[in-house]
Amino acid sequence: MQPYLDFEKPIAELEGKLIELKRLASDDSGVDIAEEVTRLETKAAGLLRETYAKLTPWQKTLVARHPNRPHFTDYVRILIEDFTPLAGDRAYGEDHAIIGGLGRFHGRSVFVIGHEKGNDTKTRLKHNFGMAQPEGYRKAVRLMSLAERFRLPVITLVDTAGAYPGLASEERGVAEAIARSTEKCLTLTVPLISLIIGEGGSGGAVALATANRVFMLEHSTYSVISPEGCASILWHSSEKAQDAAAAMKMTAQDLLGLKVIDAIIPEPLGGAHREPESVVRAAGAVIENALGEFDTMTPDEIRRQRREKFLAIGRMVPPGG
Amino acid sequence: MSDKPTKGTSEGAINWITNFVRPKIKGFFNARETPENLWRKCANCGEMIFHRDLLAAQNVCPSCDHHMRIGPKERFAALFDDTYEELHAPEAPADPLKFRDERRYTERLKDARTKTGAVDAMQAAKGRIDGEDAVVVVQNFAFMGGSLGMGAGEAFVSAARLAVAQHLPLVMITASGGARMQEGILSLMQMPRTTVAVEELREAGLPYIVVLTDPTSGGVTASYAMLGDIQLAEPGAMIAFSGPRVIENTIREKLPEGFQRAEYLLAHGMIDAVVHRHKLKETLGRMIRLLMKPLPIDPAKTNGSGGIVPVKDAALMPVPPEEE
Repeated sequence: MQPYLDFEKPIAELEGKLIELKRLASDDSGVDIAEEVTRLETKAAGLLRETYAKLTPWQKTLVARHPNRPHFTDYVRILIEDFTPLAGDRAYGEDHAIIGGLGRFHGRSVFVIGHEKGNDTKTRLKHNFGMAQPEGYRKAVRLMSLAERFRLPVITLVDTAGAYPGLASEERGVAEAIARSTEKCLTLTVPLISLIIGEGGSGGAVALATANRVFMLEHSTYSVISPEGCASILWHSSEKAQDAAAAMKMTAQDLLGLKVIDAIIPEPLGGAHREPESVVRAAGAVIENALGEFDTMTPDEIRRQRREKFLAIGRMVPPGG
Repeated sequence: MSDKPTKGTSEGAINWITNFVRPKIKGFFNARETPENLWRKCANCGEMIFHRDLLAAQNVCPSCDHHMRIGPKERFAALFDDTYEELHAPEAPADPLKFRDERRYTERLKDARTKTGAVDAMQAAKGRIDGEDAVVVVQNFAFMGGSLGMGAGEAFVSAARLAVAQHLPLVMITASGGARMQEGILSLMQMPRTTVAVEELREAGLPYIVVLTDPTSGGVTASYAMLGDIQLAEPGAMIAFSGPRVIENTIREKLPEGFQRAEYLLAHGMIDAVVHRHKLKETLGRMIRLLMKPLPIDPAKTNGSGGIVPVKDAALMPVPPEEE
């Protein structure tokens, strides 16, 4: 059984009833429940559609953080053949919050780099909940340098609440590591395609998302600070996170409107976690298409396009956001 | 109170108003402001410092050496030899998100502008530092915590581009709490945008020197503030990505003495030097000279080699492998 979010309670009740009903029917085959099942299924699907059609920014934040949401590892498993992880920053350590490596995407060799949050207690601890330390970003820089040298495209998958706010992380210069990673993104002359698959949290996300094309999943978020953080600073209460989420304009739809991202990848009804396979394949098609756009561009043009894209952000903001 | 109301009577109505009404206002302010204005208490040691002494000391406490926060005006005055030219950045869209927390963003912005007399949190100027031409950008902590938004981002980009166009080094004096949350994602986007400008300086072969001052944190530290060719910091400056409170809440332990201070970063290899404010102008001038004028400046001092100092050939030879 999947975990339900608070606002999904009515859906959970309906779907719970359905499961119960089906179980009863299998115990006693004499009862005809087909009609009742159809009725409940229609009702549950309707409610799901209704709920997801008008998710608030805060609800989207919760969906983006859903524990069953497809993570980096799922994307790699479904989209990348011969994935070969490459570890370490060659300076201090190996950071499992950012995974990177070589692989084959739709036939072509690529570098894939991204945050991994983990999906149970053990893996969450291993990957530090997707919150990277300097080593993660320095590894990303190292891999991007390799991509440049072998002229291979880079795909980044962003899913982090932000860089890890720890003592050691600060001591070893996490800010510098993030700055260098963003800088590396801007120097690449190979295509860099980025997908925000869950949470795009602050500088820790930018460090990997300064790309030629930036896409967001329908219910993913991308923001300067977490809604909780924003609320505690500006409203002096982390309980105002819902207001902060709305005010910051952090949904994929908001960001498309502000021309910060290139396109939105639709999610299955009820969120990516309900049909991970299909959403990952849809994302694959978008990446494939985006990579194709750069096939005819020279290395210099590829880099220039990326820089001009970022310089243009905010200069053409439509009135009223 | 020293104005003489009688003097204006023969000079027409306008002077009559200024001469007659102003003394009242002055009197009102005098009573309240004098003690605060003439004497300032050092936040570090508590010493009361006479304002003229403080000004002469570039806002460094004469008794404990505490470096107080200063704005663009004081900084330009301290760094430039004489006159300087202020740059005006292209205007950025105001309040694109129509952001409102407990107050409207536009109101906060208006207050900050009234309080500081500046348009936004970053100001750039061109002038001479210790004889060397340079573009200097200063972040103003008094303006909404020096936060990085579209206005500041635009100021940085245009200052860097001016430096490139005129083949000048760029000196960045940081002071910021981080990104301006009221501009949401558009403030976050100033991280890559300013980095593009840094790349343009790099490609033009121009020095980009960063001076980190108290405090510098968040998205500012994680972008242009840490990308200098040379990284300097003022003594005692707090330099961080996440603030100490956030870290203490995460790791649930006390932070070590001096953590995230300039000297701590120096000890951990994160910056090149900690420079006293009184030495900053001379240090920057010297660094700019060394980087921008690599050949001997005075041919008389170079053994008549015409400006080129010969390098001993042996120094360039590869070391022969040791025989086994």
